[in-house]
Amino acid sequence: MTVVLTPAPARPPAPADGEGRRDAMAKRTRRTVRRRRARSAVMQALTYLAAALATLPLIAVLTYIVIKGAPALTPGFFTAMPAPVGEAGGGMANAITGTLILLGIAGAIGLPIGIGAGLYLAERRATALATTVRFLADVLNGLPSIVMGIFAWELLVKPMHHFSALAGGIALGAMMIPMVTRTTEEMVRLVPDALREAALALGYPRWRTSLSIVLRTALGGIVTGALVAVARIAGETAPLLFTAFGNQFWSTALREPIAALPLQVFTYAISPYDEWHAQAWAGALVLVALVLLISLAARVATRRRHAGGE
Amino acid sequence: MRVDTGDRAYDWVTTAFASMVPVLLLLIFTAVGVAGWPALREFGLGFVTSSAWDPVNGRFGAAPALYGTIVSSAIALVIATPLALGSAIFLSEFAPRWLRQPVAFTVDLLAAIPSVIYGLWGIFVLVPIVRDHVTPFLRDTLHLGATPLFSGPNYGPSMLSAGLILSIMVLPYISAVTREVLMAVPRSQREAALALGATRWEMIRDAVLPYARSGIVGGVMLGLGRALGETMAVTMLIGNRHEISASLLAPGYTMASLIANEFSEATGDLHLSALMAVGFVLLLLTFLVNAVARWLVWRTARAGAGGAR
Repeated sequence: MTVVLTPAPARPPAPADGEGRRDAMAKRTRRTVRRRRARSAVMQALTYLAAALATLPLIAVLTYIVIKGAPALTPGFFTAMPAPVGEAGGGMANAITGTLILLGIAGAIGLPIGIGAGLYLAERRATALATTVRFLADVLNGLPSIVMGIFAWELLVKPMHHFSALAGGIALGAMMIPMVTRTTEEMVRLVPDALREAALALGYPRWRTSLSIVLRTALGGIVTGALVAVARIAGETAPLLFTAFGNQFWSTALREPIAALPLQVFTYAISPYDEWHAQAWAGALVLVALVLLISLAARVATRRRHAGGE
Repeated sequence: MRVDTGDRAYDWVTTAFASMVPVLLLLIFTAVGVAGWPALREFGLGFVTSSAWDPVNGRFGAAPALYGTIVSSAIALVIATPLALGSAIFLSEFAPRWLRQPVAFTVDLLAAIPSVIYGLWGIFVLVPIVRDHVTPFLRDTLHLGATPLFSGPNYGPSMLSAGLILSIMVLPYISAVTREVLMAVPRSQREAALALGATRWEMIRDAVLPYARSGIVGGVMLGLGRALGETMAVTMLIGNRHEISASLLAPGYTMASLIANEFSEATGDLHLSALMAVGFVLLLLTFLVNAVARWLVWRTARAGAGGAR
């Protein structure tokens, strides 16, 4: 009688003794562990890739700006007025000056209010107003800058029936307030309580402690934070689109429209003229250099303070 | 007492300055809301559902702009979130100590570059690359051209280009928050998982990420808030067309770029009011997204400071 042999089962037959069973389990475990380790290695490689991809855009953007902007960046760029269409060269003297004026106005509004609010937040940490202000300042920081622009338009340009540097500066100043508030709060918080208590123990009134001792100690950090806020504001275009509006001519009057560097870059970039495109790249180079230098300096300053201080 | 007056003056000034923050927010809402009210009253809820944008006949509908805002932000988040999360995990788990600061610094520096510069780079560098290399690759090599998402003419400026530049701009915000949140996970969590035999990745997936989950979501929402409101780079790359299109290669509009483009040339009061109404919708949307994001991040920070859960 023929016996049909069934094929061997896929799993190795369970051996009779306990030793063999343990071996089989160990083999299965080793296989699973190998698979898990492989998966872990793959995911690790993916995170390396993600980090590499995340650093790529910065290098790409900066490289192009330098390559395309440097040729057009002559010393005349800073002193000459814009050239007519079709002529190469010219400069952005009015735009650079305009940006400086706008930053001055913005700083005059944003810095005092921001530092004052930051002092309040750092000293009265948990009052209802403090919690609300902290939360709302963070939310304000995330609002679109174009909304700031139409807000300033509604409140300043419409009643005055005029685009003006003042309106642009106020729009930028309003954007600065929440930024400076938060950085000031964090810097003042870093001042050790012992310093404050020592001053109070020596008979200083509370307000003099805050201003002469605490504020002066935190001043370096506050200035750094203020500079970072100024750097961010310097690059903002949207709030200026319908407040400062831009100006082809040389103007430093506060009640007149005024040119600004990011506005000029925008206008030139979307134009159809090659000479203007070259100017836009040069303007972009100046703007990026300004913003990055300040941000870098602020970073270095904060790190040194954190490392050497508390 | 002399001392009292100084203290009182100081308190008064700092409290007044601090109060200016909520007052400013209230002013913004009021100014934009009041200016947009005529249009909202005229068109009612149809303002956000109608696609008609006809200044000549006085009909305004913000649906294409709303659609464009959401789609471009969605593209940005889909691309930026894995990259930000991956690089944050790299920095907090795998990177050697000397590499951490430079890489983190490079990613954070992306946030410092002004929007108009991204737009400039986008027009002359990104759009040609997308038009001449990425889109043909997606359409022909990957055969995605058959889907409605990649159909239609390939101009260059499009929802896809805008979404791509937005993803670059949004990446540093998500990355910074995620990095902080991951580093705040206590070592005991990590060590416990490893002690139980987990591989590095399993430790991250099962012990670190769940702990940091609401903070990560907060970071992503922060990025979303930025993407929703971004104006200049999007204006320069999205093509500026008042139409809802299924294809990602078609030009579109976002609320912010709509305002930026048409505001200075608005014809008539209703047109202006309609633009203000669009601004109000944008304001409301970004306010809500940012508020929820901040709350989530704040909640994670508090849980982390309070100890292990």
